[in-house]
Amino acid sequence: MTIEDIILYLFMGSSVAAVLVMILNRNIFYASLGLLVCLISLSGIYALFQAEFIAVTQLLIYAGGVLVLIIFGIMLTNRISGKSLQTDSHNVFIGILFSAGFFGVISFSFYNTEQSPIVNNLNIVNHMSTVGTELMSTYAAPFEVSGILLLVCLIGAALTASSFKKNLNG
Amino acid sequence: MAKIDLLFYLGAFLFCSGLLIVFTKKNAIMILLGIELMLNAANLNLVLFNSQKTGLEGQLFALFVIIVAVCEAAVGIAIILKTYHYYHTSVPDQISELKEKP
Repeated sequence: MTIEDIILYLFMGSSVAAVLVMILNRNIFYASLGLLVCLISLSGIYALFQAEFIAVTQLLIYAGGVLVLIIFGIMLTNRISGKSLQTDSHNVFIGILFSAGFFGVISFSFYNTEQSPIVNNLNIVNHMSTVGTELMSTYAAPFEVSGILLLVCLIGAALTASSFKKNLNG
Repeated sequence: MAKIDLLFYLGAFLFCSGLLIVFTKKNAIMILLGIELMLNAANLNLVLFNSQKTGLEGQLFALFVIIVAVCEAAVGIAIILKTYHYYHTSVPDQISELKEKP
């Protein structure tokens, strides 16, 4: 067992523990912190599997951007002093039944799938510069379309959440 | 069991946990957290499959999934804030009217 395996198992264990905190804890703030730990662990797993660009993007965008946005939303929509930071659960039996059944179906089908032999990918040049070149040459069209999507989402979110009164009708 | 098989089971576990959170939690922000968890499970699968072959298609598709997840989170938080401004609750079960109460 090398040091990389130990780090990988550490990341897997921390992500599973964080997800269990998200499920079992009733406090929304602790649940968002659990999602933060899970996202950082997943970024470590990406870095161990030769996806450094995705790992850095995950750290920057998710752990830096989306989680701050979600914590901002929690702070704005819940009264901190009251007990409404707690959330209740409903449909517990149906939810556990359905998700455990789905996990069973995925695991069973993956266990019974004949897998192709693993290509040893360690010697291939797979660095960030290759990702950047591919992104600007082969995948230029989806890149531009996602840029337009980001712009539209930014304007739409700002217009939706802003509190000025619409006076378009005069 | 190889370690990459264990990671595929981890991806399945993350997806099903997100599904469970979407099903059982009442607050709208918790539902948003569950959706983020499901998208991350899909990203983990994409990166793992990409590490077993030559080429970069999986990583770039994971990048576009991250972009779409960011858009979804921004618009979702904006809608939740606006509904909280109108109804003074962020529990979707208690919102049963389309218009603001007179």
